[in-house]
Amino acid sequence: MEKELWKGNEAIAEAAIRAGCNCFFGYPITPQSEVPEYMSVHLPKAGGVFVQSESEVAAINMVYGAAGSGMRAMTSSSSPGISLKQEGISYMAGAELPCVIVNCMRGGPGLGTIQPGQGDYYQATRGGGNGDYRTVVLSPSNVQEAVDFVQEAFDIADQYRNPVMVVMDGLIGQMMEPIEWRPVPKRDLPPKDWATTGRKGRDHHNVINSLYMDPEECDRHNEHLWEKYALMEKNEVRWEEISCEDAEVVITAYGTPARIALTAIEMLREEGLKVGLFRPITLWPFPEDALRKLSKAGHVKAFLDVEMSSCGQMMDDVRLSVEGRKPIRYLGHAGGVMPTAEEIVDAAKAALKEGA
Amino acid sequence: MAIVYEKSRGLTDAELHYCPGCHHGIIHKLVAESLVELGLLDDAIGVCPVGCSVFAYNYFSCDMQEAAHGRAPAVATGIKRTHPNQAVFTYQGDGDLASIGAAEIVHAAMRGEKFTTIFINNAIYGMTGGQMAPTTLIGQKATTCQSGRTKEQAGMPIRMAELLSTLDGCVYAERVCVTDMANLNKAKKAIKKAFQKQMAGEGFTFIEVLSTCPTNWGMTPLKANQWLKDNMVPYYPLGVIKETAPESAEVK
Ligand SMILES: Cc1ncc(C[n+]2csc(CCOP(=O)(O)OP(=O)(O)O)c2C)c(N)n1
Ligand code: SF4
Ligand SMILES: [Mg+2]
Repeated sequence: MEKELWKGNEAIAEAAIRAGCNCFFGYPITPQSEVPEYMSVHLPKAGGVFVQSESEVAAINMVYGAAGSGMRAMTSSSSPGISLKQEGISYMAGAELPCVIVNCMRGGPGLGTIQPGQGDYYQATRGGGNGDYRTVVLSPSNVQEAVDFVQEAFDIADQYRNPVMVVMDGLIGQMMEPIEWRPVPKRDLPPKDWATTGRKGRDHHNVINSLYMDPEECDRHNEHLWEKYALMEKNEVRWEEISCEDAEVVITAYGTPARIALTAIEMLREEGLKVGLFRPITLWPFPEDALRKLSKAGHVKAFLDVEMSSCGQMMDDVRLSVEGRKPIRYLGHAGGVMPTAEEIVDAAKAALKEGA
Repeated sequence: MAIVYEKSRGLTDAELHYCPGCHHGIIHKLVAESLVELGLLDDAIGVCPVGCSVFAYNYFSCDMQEAAHGRAPAVATGIKRTHPNQAVFTYQGDGDLASIGAAEIVHAAMRGEKFTTIFINNAIYGMTGGQMAPTTLIGQKATTCQSGRTKEQAGMPIRMAELLSTLDGCVYAERVCVTDMANLNKAKKAIKKAFQKQMAGEGFTFIEVLSTCPTNWGMTPLKANQWLKDNMVPYYPLGVIKETAPESAEVK
């Protein structure tokens, strides 16, 4: 298949259109504005609807309305805008509405920086809005994956009737890479017979709602949601292991830091040091069983978690899987500063010493 | 025997939870009857708010969505843009629409979204127990302004129909009340006209209904009716606030 050169954000938008996205609602924010810009030109040509909303709050609620009436709906934003969408995401999880939300992450907190960041990991993987809920969180580390994941995200969302997030650091949205428009796996999807499309002769009215006044009923609803999330944990977890078979140090990283880690691993291997990469592809569900298994391997002496975050947000999940069996070191930068391969090399050596 | 009165098909058989003397139920009936009489019921998609009418999805027999507090106009935008030939409406209280959802309603009107908003102005936050709303009158007591609203502390009450009328996308705004048969008939006419204009694709249509909240006003239903006429109507004048002539067909 032929390779084409695409900018991440534009490729994401095109991928959504190819996946049958009917409508996009968004608000400008760097570094994701190319998504709404591309959508404004190309989605109407494909028969879809584009609306620039007055805010991210409005955008996610437009998604709610459209998704509730049976559409494949999408919105995208970057960190501060994703914060504003949390109310709507919680309502959509509660009302069991499918949608795709792209977070092209920048550094925070507050206005932070427009440079790439990974500081929204907690927000993405722990629900983010109020109440007990989860969203599947796909995290590409190159433009090809971004394109594939966005297309698959619509099917995952429809299968479970739940929002799906595609979360990446701003670098992946901004950079250009060769990609191919390869077919992504398609799923057998249930009909959207719950959607508010107008009754049109149906013998009952459909209602989209997240309110359950009766505590018992609300409890049952939550139980139903958690059964659904358990299915997602079972069926949707994804990760990649590179050079882990003999690794004494395992680097855990996702997105851009995972790519930099690969360069570092090459440098380390040239020096004869056995280092591998464990890359979660779904941040939720987190590949905890796979990482737990790896942490039990005799050859693994230590872990090194690398993130574009000052405190190591994913490291919490790494800790929960490693369960104290091996030491875990952390290397992180925030504010758009990226970890260098040299830094990772040094940190991996330090980790090895610690684990020896 | 001839049937002289029937409950509208636009309403379900669910028992209304509204307090005695509350106007929400009457307004539901007018909206439901309008949808039926215009032949829109089978096509309609309604959006209800957070407020006392949060359960309107149980009462209207058309398809319904329950929106987050204030966000109904954004939700309706998502529905109408993707279902342009169907009747879409929001039903919102004054806290919902004029306070937390002020941005959403203003921008839906600005964009000329082709749906109808039924705005229930009862000058109070009903559901949460009688706190001050942006529409609470000067001197009116509420649980968060217990000696009465003052201009100094809270500013002057907001007139939403007038405010939205300044936007070109809003083609029709009328304020009505349902305190007596004459006004009730006018209200029904206005609601029907709004839906007709929506279906003709003219733009955003807005019906503000002055409404009672006997419970939180601390009045009997009858007294509340009278209080509305004596106090709300002078500040919130009834009648057509704006009506734009339909854009005449382009002559080629
Ligand atoms: C985000 C959010 N803030 C606050 C509330 C609490 N709340 C529920 S109803 C309501 C006020 C509703 O008043 P109004 O819109 O005037 O409707 P009414 O009950 O008077 O018909 C408030 C503040 C909420 N549900 N969500
Ligand atoms: S509290 Fe007020 S608005 Fe709510 S149902 Fe009772 S009377 Fe109506
Ligand atoms: Mg009110």
